[in-house]
Amino acid sequence: MLLLERRQLDSNLFRWLSPVIAISLTLVTAGLIFLAMNRDPIQGLIYFFITPLSDIYGWSELGLKMAPLLLCAAGLTVCYRAKIWNIGAEGHFLIGALGASVVAVQLVDQDGFWVLPTVLLAGMATGAFWAGIAAGLKTHFNCNEILTTIMLNYIALNLLVYSVHGPLRDPFGFGFPQSVMFGDSALLPQLIPGTRLHIGLAFAMLAAVSVWVLFARSFIGFQLNVLGQDARAAAFAGFNTRRLIWFSLLLAGALAGLAGASEVTGPLGQLVPQVSPSYGYTAIIVVFLGRMHAVGIIAASALLALTFLGGEMLQIAMGVPRAVTALIQGLLLFYLLICDAFIQYRLRWRPSALAPAFNRKPGHSLAQEA
Amino acid sequence: MDLIFMTNVLSATVVAGTPLLIVALGALICERSGVLNLGLEGMMLMGAMAGFVAAYSTGSLGVGVLAAVVAGMVMSLLFAFMTVTLAANQYAAGLALTIFGTGLSAFLGAGFVGKTVAGFEPLAIPLLSELPLLGEAFFHQDALVYLSLVLAVAVYLFLRRTRGGLVLRAVGESPEAANANGLRVLAVRYMAVAFGGGMAGLGGAYLSLAYIPLWTESMTSGRGWIALALVVFATWRPERLVLGAYLFGGASILHLVLQGVGWSVSTELLATLPYVVTILVLVLLSYNPTRTRLNTPLSLGQPYRPSR
Repeated sequence: MLLLERRQLDSNLFRWLSPVIAISLTLVTAGLIFLAMNRDPIQGLIYFFITPLSDIYGWSELGLKMAPLLLCAAGLTVCYRAKIWNIGAEGHFLIGALGASVVAVQLVDQDGFWVLPTVLLAGMATGAFWAGIAAGLKTHFNCNEILTTIMLNYIALNLLVYSVHGPLRDPFGFGFPQSVMFGDSALLPQLIPGTRLHIGLAFAMLAAVSVWVLFARSFIGFQLNVLGQDARAAAFAGFNTRRLIWFSLLLAGALAGLAGASEVTGPLGQLVPQVSPSYGYTAIIVVFLGRMHAVGIIAASALLALTFLGGEMLQIAMGVPRAVTALIQGLLLFYLLICDAFIQYRLRWRPSALAPAFNRKPGHSLAQEA
Repeated sequence: MDLIFMTNVLSATVVAGTPLLIVALGALICERSGVLNLGLEGMMLMGAMAGFVAAYSTGSLGVGVLAAVVAGMVMSLLFAFMTVTLAANQYAAGLALTIFGTGLSAFLGAGFVGKTVAGFEPLAIPLLSELPLLGEAFFHQDALVYLSLVLAVAVYLFLRRTRGGLVLRAVGESPEAANANGLRVLAVRYMAVAFGGGMAGLGGAYLSLAYIPLWTESMTSGRGWIALALVVFATWRPERLVLGAYLFGGASILHLVLQGVGWSVSTELLATLPYVVTILVLVLLSYNPTRTRLNTPLSLGQPYRPSR
């Protein structure tokens, strides 16, 4: 019979092989789904993964989608390393977009170099504030951060929808629920002229590098790692757990808030209700797929950004529902977690549970068995 | 406020609380076995989608409900394979289930958005439904409301009065001890997870077949997560769960009540109320860590691999 057996040491090979296997399995499954829908599977995969990147515009769009994913994922990495299960990136993102928009709308007639930084800082501050609520509830009221951050996501979404229907609504917007267009001085500069790619991607890269420095070179990164691996050990070592919780959540909130602010000051130029195609939730997949490592999350955010583009492409080219994006993202995370089991466990073929004891030859030590 | 208004509010509270009650009862059993399934939202969505699509295609509400239960169960078995067999992290696997279920239900249900079915109709129970106030709320409802109350009693009796309930609690409190006593921990956990999945599917079907008989993407809008909070609120006891479900149900229709008495507050702002209430309830309940620890099933969230 096939047995699952604990490895003596976690397999480092599998830690990095697991995403590769998971991606392959996702590709195969996606092909089967296309086949089940009577579409050509190979053509479907090409439309999904290759066609979106066939020109420079496609690559710039990839960068555009990558920026918010990577910013959110960088913050979540810090939380998840410490096993603080912050699911709130979506809420931080939305509230950050809202906070930035409130300031940008006030400053719509202002001209000056300080306008954009003020708007971005407003987004970071509101994002951090939103995450701070969850941090305070966890450190002072012992509330589970999963539930509080999820609830805060829904509250943030409703506040955003309320704002674009109410106080922030453009009075000359023909009744559409959206804010006025921001002033030019509140818009992010473009990275490649003629495309929508803005310097938000540079912020995201900077955030990923900072996360690497944090964990590779700083004491607080070390403390976060210890907290994640063994909370009791962290307490015995005298680490201030509360401060670590505050630090990681505020950082995650600020980064996701910056992502939201970059989205409204970048490609959108105004606040609309559909500011996020669930970037915050997708960032969770990015973190797991990227092995909670800076280089890994950069690669993973590029792949997941591609799933957004691929979904749009498939809808246009083959009439496949747009939800194929979410489906493929979900499949990927599923396969990944299944493959991750083989970091700690391995499969062993045993004729039966009792057989090894009888078949053991004299002089064959137990140590060799294990 | 007159009697008719009060009656309507109470009746709407019961209707809003019913999906929460059904889903939370399943989660309660699942968590009592030591498995924390954060995928309730995903399983509910699959149930809502499958129930609606099946009822729409066959014209039979019974088939719809059955399909919803099966869909929720299949999803939960995927989860059980990951967390029970492969001993994967239950938090990550639950999140994966939610993300996957949201995507899969949106994908499979894409062709059914905007369609409608004849949903469950209220059935009056003779005599009892004539009672003032309570009659209308509890005895003039659709069949699934009655089913949810029967299920609540069944879960209560199962946990308190049967050998199966004892086995379930033993596995949840101490899988090692249960294993040493010859109980099949993994099999029990599989069954508990599957029950939780079936109930989540049923709760989803309540939304798409009775509450508002139509299907839209992400129509559960966080009810799966609220149900999760509800189980904490009820400290893993079914009798408190019933009370909690109607309290939370009441919170989610509070905006209708406020509008009914003439408050003019924006709908979007009032729509945040159930989530705010959930957070407040969590604060009230969990600020005493000892109390929480005493009530939580001891092995909740811990993967278990029986040593040979």
